[in-house]
Amino acid sequence: MALFSIGGRALSDELWSPIWLTIQLAGITTFTLLIVGIPIAWWLAWTTSRWREVVGAIVALPLVLPPTVLGFYILVALGPQGLGGWFGHLAGVRSFAFTFEGLILGSVISSLPFMVQPVRNSFEAMGRRPLEVAATLRASPWDRFVTIALPLALPGLLTGAVLTFAHTIGEFGVILMIGGNIPGETRVLSIAVYDFVETLRWREAHILSVGMLVFSFVVILLVSLLARKSKGRAL
Amino acid sequence: MMAGTIEISLDGHIGDLHLNVDMSLPMRGISALFGRSGCGKTSILRSVAGLSRIPGQIAVGNEAWQREGHFVPTHKRSLGYVFQEASLFAHLNVRQNLNYGHRRAGNGSGKVQFDDVVELLGLVRLLDRSPENLSGGERQRVALGRALLSQPRLLLMDEPLSALDRLSRDEILPYFEALHASLKIPILLVTHDLDEVERLADHLVLLQSGKVLASGPLHALQGDPSLPLAARRDAGVTLDAAVTGYDHAYGLATLTTNGATLTVPLPAGAAAGRHRLTVRAGDVSLAREVSHATTVLNILPAKILSASHSGYEIIALLGLGSEGAGSRILARVTKRSWDQLQLQVGMGVHAQIKSVALVREAKG
Repeated sequence: MALFSIGGRALSDELWSPIWLTIQLAGITTFTLLIVGIPIAWWLAWTTSRWREVVGAIVALPLVLPPTVLGFYILVALGPQGLGGWFGHLAGVRSFAFTFEGLILGSVISSLPFMVQPVRNSFEAMGRRPLEVAATLRASPWDRFVTIALPLALPGLLTGAVLTFAHTIGEFGVILMIGGNIPGETRVLSIAVYDFVETLRWREAHILSVGMLVFSFVVILLVSLLARKSKGRAL
Repeated sequence: MMAGTIEISLDGHIGDLHLNVDMSLPMRGISALFGRSGCGKTSILRSVAGLSRIPGQIAVGNEAWQREGHFVPTHKRSLGYVFQEASLFAHLNVRQNLNYGHRRAGNGSGKVQFDDVVELLGLVRLLDRSPENLSGGERQRVALGRALLSQPRLLLMDEPLSALDRLSRDEILPYFEALHASLKIPILLVTHDLDEVERLADHLVLLQSGKVLASGPLHALQGDPSLPLAARRDAGVTLDAAVTGYDHAYGLATLTTNGATLTVPLPAGAAAGRHRLTVRAGDVSLAREVSHATTVLNILPAKILSASHSGYEIIALLGLGSEGAGSRILARVTKRSWDQLQLQVGMGVHAQIKSVALVREAKG
């Protein structure tokens, strides 16, 4: 709590709002990616299709693409002329650009490799053998997936979830492109820090930045501990 | 339960190998698929399990597991599979591993009970341990128990002992033998180890680069001089024999097999019931007359049924008994001895058996 009450003054809504918004965004993104990412990782791990590497490359694109480029395309897609306009029409809004929902889609796309890669690695490290054994023990495909594959890939799932959560919190470029800086709607932490620095409000920028620094350190530590654990398990 | 047979006929390619086999195996005892690595034996086993899909037909008793336009997925085939590496589930302890298949096999009449398997395989002390803390032999025992508890109609074993060191093998083999004696489940065993075949198999299928070279009762194939088994340095014939007497003064048991009695050193405790013996071709010499001035314990009348040349040696197939109607064994003699003694097919001889290997002690 000490962090958030510097100088005896409680954090103002101006600071709390981006923190809360960021956590919501990261939480929803992580949850969505668990649902979307696991099937993609599963397919990439086992398929013999020649499209495997192509799909793998597409999934990895956000790792190397400048966030502004990614953000630009997502913005176009979300806008009135894109899919966003079409869906927005159904939902009764003009577009999904500069909305929280738009941010979720952008975060899901830009964090996709952070979920898919570790989960795919876990499935591949596990190999087909445990699934074959389970099949000879009368387990149906879905049964094998739930009782064997997911528990054995748990370190990868946790790593993917932590990385996705952290990456979403740290995302700046994509969000700036598609979300702008609307308080309570799209003004997340990284944007807020940028904004505070721009307007020379260094105290607020410091508070948020120190928090991010500590958080990031904990995340990296957590991921390396998870990696160690999964390594010990594979032996 | 019905007797019937296990019918396997497959025709397809695995990599460079053209697998083309057609075999009929008995629904009881242990049938060994024996051949060099790469001969397709594991592919056959995986096809029986439905883990690989090679065109053909597979039927176990009255159940068709595979035929044209019909493929029963692995989890719907009532089989047990023991892999070369135990492949225990790392996230479950021993008890949970054992229960995995047991739970899914349905209640049924509960033929194979949890406690019986734990008892048979000596797993009581291991139940709450994690697979990581087990030795290789212990893991393989758990894997075997796990497979048995899934109530299989057919047990498939893919070189279950080859990943183990000598000590672990010696530790686990008695369990396999006990299994052989106490369970009625037919077993298909893939192996490249003749020692395992001699100890365990009742029926043998010889495989060579994707084809069946021969299939039949173990002793029949061992004693067929036209097959590559007979030309091996460790060639021999496995016989089943019953203990019919015991000489406590010398620690020698009298074992009776078809057409002959053998005198074999045995510890007093083991001198009962049935035993499995291997008589190696290299341990059998031939004599035209009985010499009593010898340390050889077993000198048996026999008849030369056939002879085949192998370099400067001759592999002779002998029928025990003066008419040659009893069990068959092989003898390897040099060509010079063969010529000097003027031996020939159809002749009555005396087989001097220098030693008999006891490959399996039957229980009780």
